[in-house]
Order: sequence, then C-alpha cells, then structure tokens
Amino acid sequence: MSSSKLPVSRSQVGEPVGTGDADISSYRQMYTMMYRIRQCEEQLNAVFARNLFPGYIHSYLGQEGCAVGVCSALRKDDCIVTTHRGRGHYLAKGMQLKPMMAEMFGRATGVCGGRGGEMHAADPAVGILGGNGIVGGGIPYAAGAAYSALLDGSDRVTVAFFGEGASNQGSFHEAMNIAAAWNLPLMFVCENNLYGEMTPLKEISRETDIAKRAIGYGVPGEAVDGNDVLAVREAARKAVARARAGQGPTLLELKTYRRGGHFQGDPCNYRTREEEAYWKSRDPVDLFRAVVLKAGVFSEQEILSVEAALTTEITEAIEFALASPDPVPADALDHVYAL
Amino acid sequence: MTIKNYCWALIDAMREEMERDKDVFLVGEDVAAAGGAFGASRGLHKAFGPLRVRDTPISEEIIVGLAVGAAMTGKRPVVEIMFMDFFGLCLDQIANQAAKMHYLYNGAFRMPMVIRTTVAVEMGIGPHHSQTLESWVGHIPGLKVVMPSSPRDAKGLLKSAIRDNNPVIFIEHLALHKMKEEIDDSEEVLIPIGKADVKRTGRDVTVVATGLMVQKALDAAAVLAGEGIEIEVIDPRTISPLDMDTIATSVQKTNRALVVTSAHKPFGFGSEVAAEIMERAFYHLDVPVRRLTPPFTPQPFGKGFEKFLHPDADRIATNVREMLA
Repeated sequence: MSSSKLPVSRSQVGEPVGTGDADISSYRQMYTMMYRIRQCEEQLNAVFARNLFPGYIHSYLGQEGCAVGVCSALRKDDCIVTTHRGRGHYLAKGMQLKPMMAEMFGRATGVCGGRGGEMHAADPAVGILGGNGIVGGGIPYAAGAAYSALLDGSDRVTVAFFGEGASNQGSFHEAMNIAAAWNLPLMFVCENNLYGEMTPLKEISRETDIAKRAIGYGVPGEAVDGNDVLAVREAARKAVARARAGQGPTLLELKTYRRGGHFQGDPCNYRTREEEAYWKSRDPVDLFRAVVLKAGVFSEQEILSVEAALTTEITEAIEFALASPDPVPADALDHVYAL
Repeated sequence: MTIKNYCWALIDAMREEMERDKDVFLVGEDVAAAGGAFGASRGLHKAFGPLRVRDTPISEEIIVGLAVGAAMTGKRPVVEIMFMDFFGLCLDQIANQAAKMHYLYNGAFRMPMVIRTTVAVEMGIGPHHSQTLESWVGHIPGLKVVMPSSPRDAKGLLKSAIRDNNPVIFIEHLALHKMKEEIDDSEEVLIPIGKADVKRTGRDVTVVATGLMVQKALDAAAVLAGEGIEIEVIDPRTISPLDMDTIATSVQKTNRALVVTSAHKPFGFGSEVAAEIMERAFYHLDVPVRRLTPPFTPQPFGKGFEKFLHPDADRIATNVREMLA
C-alpha cells in the first residue's frame, strides 16, 4: 500500500500545537471549515442517493485537510484555480455557501446562474478562477494569473490545485517549467489521492512521489501528509512566503485519499476494502478533531454544538438549492460574447 | 501617407495599442530580442521592456494559458503561435478554456486576448507549416476569428482585436507579410470585427475570398474585366462572426456565388458560406454556389506541389466563366 511512504506529520506525533489566541482562533476556523466541507460532501452524497442531484458528484470527501490547510495560508486577493473536484476549494477560499450549493444543482440562484454546475464555479471577488472539466486544464491559466501579478507589481499569489492524474498532462510540465524560468508567484498543489479516475497511480507512473518532480524544474518540492491540516498549512505558508518574496513557485504534494470513488456511484472495484479502512482510520476531519479537543480549542460540548450548527447550515443550503428555480432555458443564448 | 508592408502594419498596431494601454503585453516564441520569427514584433521589446514583451518556451499550451489567466485577471494579452498548425498543441486552452470562460461563469470574467498566428500556404514549407485551419476555431462559440488580407486591414483589425473583450484568433497569411499598401499614419486605423469589405464591385458573379485568396480573386477580376465580365470580390475579413448580410446582398445582385479559400472543402469555410447563401438567397441564385479549394490532401513539401494544389487567378477565372456559360 502506498501509505507506507507517507511522511510523518508533526502535529500527530505530539509536536506542539500552538496555544496563543491567534492559534486558537485559526484552529476554530479551520475545523469549522473542514467540518462544513465534510457535511457538504456527505449530505450531497445522500441527496445523490435519493436521485435528487442533476449530474455527477465528484466527491471531495477525505481531502478536506488539503483545501483548508492551503486556503488558510492565503489572502482574499490571492487567486486559485481548481478542478472537477473543487467544492472544498470553493468553500475554503470563501465562496458563499448557498450560491455555491445552488450552482452544484444548476439552479438560477447559483454563483454562476446555474450554467457552470458541479464541475465549474468561479467567483472573482474572492479570487476563485474556476473549476474545470478537463484534467490539467486549469494549470496553464493559473500561470497566466500569476504573470498578471508580476505585471501589476503585486505580491498576489496564485494556487493551481490539481490531482496526481493531472501531473501526467503536458500542461503540468509546461506550467512548471515556465513558472520556474520566470519566477512566477505560483503554487502547484497536487492532491495525490492515489487514483486518477479509476486507475491507481502506481500502475501508470514509476515514480509515485510527485513532489520529486520539482527537482527537474529547479524549484522546491515538498511532500506533506495531506490529511494533517496543520502540516498542510505550515507547508503552504512557506510556499506562499516564497512566492510573495519573489522567490518563485513551489510544488506541494499533499498525500491524501479519495474516500469516495471517482464519481458518486463508482463501485471502487479497483481497490481493496482494507485500503479504504486504513484511510478511514486516518480521516483528516477525525484527526484534526482530536487535535483541537486535546488542545482545548473546543470543549466536547462546544464541538458538538458547532457540528450540529454546520449540519443544519448545509441542510438549509441544500434545501435552498432544491427550492431554487431552474435557469430560464432561453438564457442559454446570453453571454456567448462579452460586450 | 506612408507605404507599409503587412508585417510593419502589425507592429504599428501593437505599438500603438501598447502605448495606449499598459495592460497590453505580448508573449510568444522568439518575440522579444529576436523581434519575432517573422519579424512581426521588431522594436517592441526595446520599447516596452522585458516584462511586456517576453520570449516563452516552445510550449504552446502554456503560451495560450498565459493569455487566458492574464485576461481573467484584467490584462489584455497578445500571444503569438508561430504557425496555425501548432494549434493542435493548445486547442484545449483555446476551445475549452478561453472560449467558454465568459459564458460558463455568467459574464463574471471578460476575456480580452488575441492569439496571432500564421498560415503559410505558398511558402513551400510542408505539411506542418501550411494548413489553413480557421474551421477549427470558427466552429467554437465564444471565439472571434479574423483573417485580414491587406496591410491596412491587418493594422485596423489587430487594433480592434486588442480592444475587444473576447478571445480573437488573428490569422495572418504569411505570404502577405511583404504586401505593401499606403496607410495614413495621422488617422487611427480601426477596422470593425464582423464587417466584410467589398474589395471590388461587379454585377456578374460574387466571389467571396479569404486571406491570400483575396489578391488572387482581384487578379482574376482584372483579367475577366478585359472580357467584359465584372466580378464582385468580397473579403469577409472576419471569419466569425461572419458578415453574411454583405455577402447575401451581393448575391442577390449578381445571382451567382463562388467561394475561394486555401482551406479544404469538406466542413470548411466555403461550405459554411454556401449553406448560408442557400438559406438567405436561394431564390436569387441562377447557378449552384461553387467552392474553389485545394483538393482534400495534406500538403507536401515544395512549391511545385503547392502550385498544383492551390486556387489561383486562372482557376478562379475559369470557374467564373463556367458559371456564366
């Protein structure tokens, strides 16, 4: 099992968890966001099971530590580009919940009026430059957003989120090369969830440590336990600091696991139940929950109350989406061209 | 008035727009110190510095990706893809990303970006440097596609393309780069995208020609005039959105239409124009619409093959005579 290669995360081996007010506040925010994403994914799966979801669900379940860890190192004006599996990034970067949810259902109240749907949402006000239906399709234009910051003389950073599947697209190579050559303020964040659609990484790549590829481009590469949100945040902060200081790109590989299939309903007959059980035992939300409880960030009672509130929040967002009108079909004719 | 060739008209257009708007920048292979593989960015690197005029790796997907992301974040990039044959390497960024961003995200992003590229028919440089592929991009909603046939049109359309808030594919026939024309430098030359130009008026046959074929149609017109035949030569200038009003109006006058392109016939621009004429002016037609194109083959190396394959003034004239017979 690939898990044998996992880096050991510091927070889980008892490395001190910060206890200052700022730390406590940020842990609360991070746990809240992780649990929000978790509820979002679990409840959407339940809606899908009831046949109330229009289209595919590409579940982010199990990868919450990645989105939350990275986005908690970013500013509002920093940009992100994400993938077909982008809901965690949308929420963690600040997209409003109800318009995000309605977009997933393709409703008129969605952040993009329902025309983007489950794989495509964007909100320039918080630096979200879109999801994608093309694996690796977002990485090249993330480089463009990063170049824009250079032209502006801004210290704004752009993050390209992608999976290990996209790391075998030419777009990844081309973007890594130019970002290194031009010192672009761009972070490459590879969430290595071990499966590109339904194919295990080890079947299609000899070297399964994606972070090592950074060496070939002359940039720093770091593999991090993607299920340890504090380790992810720490690595992301270093990479962001490098980018802001004009020191160019970093490749972060976040070792994680896609708890669900490629899409909801995928029988996952290409992997073992033992492997799934192992990763369930390393669930990022459970792990961080233990950390925050141990550190006294929340009392047992407080955390239950926060979780209950988030559960309700997601239920209400889904109800909002389901109750929202469909887009007017004739609006399909709008916005083909900008004025 | 100054006499400019097509290539310098392009440079003037970029210089003027870069002076006018600091958000305009140019990236591509060899565009900086070298001044462009075909000399079409000479002087710009020196004038605007290394950030605004920059050489890229030979990585077409990232070249277009730079434009997409920069446009989404407020810039007005111009990128150069050396030959249109290389579009195969970057079509995802063009067709799936650039073309759809404004639409998909409900107008949240504008996409002001220009992809300059060349078609090198009649240069004799073989199958990967000679294809006229406007159909690849003309088929995609969200893209605008222009193909100027003269220096003045090239300048005016490039300036309009840079100011347009949509992705514009700007196709230059490389054989036209040395073509000269008088351009008045004292006035601002802006040619609207989506507007055809009647290059020569005539009563007998409407000849719709694009890019390099416009000159061949005009050459044919001169020969035919000696025989008392007056053809109307229409250059759409913009492939998409296509100005069919101008074409249909002309066909309603002449009752005959011939479309001449260096692109292939099947699924090509000529087929599109022919179908539109059927829909708009069928009852005005005295004879079927004709398409004159190269045969459906790849293009082998060398000018001998090219001369055999491509439409020329003689063939245009022959077709016109047949349509009037």
